Amino acid sequence: MGAYILRRLALAVPTLVGVTVVVFALIRLVPGDPARLVLGLQASEEEVQRLRVQLGLDQPLPVQYVRFLGRLLQGDLGRSVVTGEPVAREIAARLPATVQLAVASTLVATAAGVAAGVVSATRQYSWLDYLVMTVALAGISLPVFWLGLMLMLLFSVHLRWLPAGGYGTPAHLVLPTVTLAAFSVAIIARMTRSSLLEVLHQDYVRTAWAKGLGSRAVVLRHALKNALIPVVTVIGLQFGGLLGGAILTETVFAWPGMGRLLVGAIVARDYPVVQGAVLVFAALFTLVNLAVDVLYAYVDPRIHYG
Amino acid sequence: MPRTAPTVWRRLRRHRTAVAGLLVLAVLLLISAAAPVLFPEDPTEPRFERVLRPPSSEHPLGTDNLGRDLLTRIAYGGRVSFFIGVLAVSFSAIVGVPVGLVSGYYGGTFDLLVQRLVDLLLAFPGFLLALTLVAVLGVGVTNVVVAVGLATAPVYVRLVRGVVLSVRSQTFVEAARALGASDRRILFRHVLPNCTAPVIVQSTLQLGTAILTAAGLGFLGLGVKPPTPEWGTMLGEGQTYLFSSWYMATFPGLAIFLAVLAFNLLGDGLRDALDPRMKLA
Repeated sequence: MGAYILRRLALAVPTLVGVTVVVFALIRLVPGDPARLVLGLQASEEEVQRLRVQLGLDQPLPVQYVRFLGRLLQGDLGRSVVTGEPVAREIAARLPATVQLAVASTLVATAAGVAAGVVSATRQYSWLDYLVMTVALAGISLPVFWLGLMLMLLFSVHLRWLPAGGYGTPAHLVLPTVTLAAFSVAIIARMTRSSLLEVLHQDYVRTAWAKGLGSRAVVLRHALKNALIPVVTVIGLQFGGLLGGAILTETVFAWPGMGRLLVGAIVARDYPVVQGAVLVFAALFTLVNLAVDVLYAYVDPRIHYG
Repeated sequence: MPRTAPTVWRRLRRHRTAVAGLLVLAVLLLISAAAPVLFPEDPTEPRFERVLRPPSSEHPLGTDNLGRDLLTRIAYGGRVSFFIGVLAVSFSAIVGVPVGLVSGYYGGTFDLLVQRLVDLLLAFPGFLLALTLVAVLGVGVTNVVVAVGLATAPVYVRLVRGVVLSVRSQTFVEAARALGASDRRILFRHVLPNCTAPVIVQSTLQLGTAILTAAGLGFLGLGVKPPTPEWGTMLGEGQTYLFSSWYMATFPGLAIFLAVLAFNLLGDGLRDALDPRMKLA
């Protein structure tokens, strides 16, 4: 198992390096001169040239990339063009809020999604099954930012139960979490239902019924365990959608996370911050999928670690 | 084997949810297409004498902060949103399908390189990739199409490559090769037709995703530039007035939701209708 984890970790390294290449290349595609962008239109040509040399922009691209990677490995993501602060510090200040939101949403989505999927699968073709599946289909079609605004209208403006935005208390976490979880709940419910239906038709489940076990034991103890294996993968994959949704959810609820940092930086053309934030988002997604792969090998004994 | 169009249509018609999706889509498309006839007002011209009016018989969905009729703007906005969706999905299919075809059929170094690139692009959450591309390219309809299209292309590469790999070694392809058919003939006459069904299903679902992504960019103020009506951009403008004028954000969002839901219903239905193993009541 340890060797498997190490090998899987080693495989993630090229992906992470590739991600840095893609982000580096994309940011270099921005039209215009980054040095001119920093100094503004009033700066003289000499000043711009001096900054260009200072930032290493006069070097060929591969040299620039190697330097960029070298600094990255030391945790140096450059400085914000707008605030002058180190990008790494700005990200470190915002990352916890995003992680908090993402983790809370994943937990809620997994619990609600698996529960809804089990209810649906064990009562296939009942009105409850149709209801769950209809709501799930609506869930994957809802624009997350619209859902957020509608929940805000209902629970903050009309009922006055929850704050409309901001950060700090558990009450602030409720609406953003529910908003962000909706899409994942729907995906997980659909996956759980189809996976459980497949398992429920297998021989060992029939044996469990035949030896007189109650439905709770058959479904929850015997069938669900195996049915959840593909669900684990889906939870990892939808984490990407969750991160994308987080960017929008944070904007709706004024949640001080990485998403708002990124959007603000794009609007302000603060490319070092854009670069840093995109890198961290992509790295987060890669690492979560790595963790899921390892978890997968752990829950599915058919996968050999050798 | 691909089914003939009439058979698929007959099966699709019996799929209740797919028909519902088709109907919603037809209504939305009709309203958008006929917008200039149905709604003679200019969707972009401010009318300051009637700002933020709630829904009434005169303005069924109300007016926005610049006094423009929301129903008019949603109808015109549909043209922009559907246009972006169709172009972005076509763009990603035109890029992704041939690459997947060649990559799967010939294998080798090209396949290896393509797959690594696809892995890399899929290491970015789709919305993040589109957002980053817009950050680099700048806002506007064309750039949104390119950004959403490029972010989706890897999905097609992977899908088509998978189909090609499963078809390549089957007897009918071997028979064609034994009869002396050229690679090009095998690819276009025998392999490509097997990709049609999955590509159609994927494209239908992807249309919903593309509209959703483009609307998300618009909501963040990084999509289509105002005053052009686009559903996501309108929703973003409405957020400012959410507490005083709920209708401004509510109705554009409802339009996005209905359009995406319709594409998802239709896509699910098409998948069942195109799958010969599925029995439809």
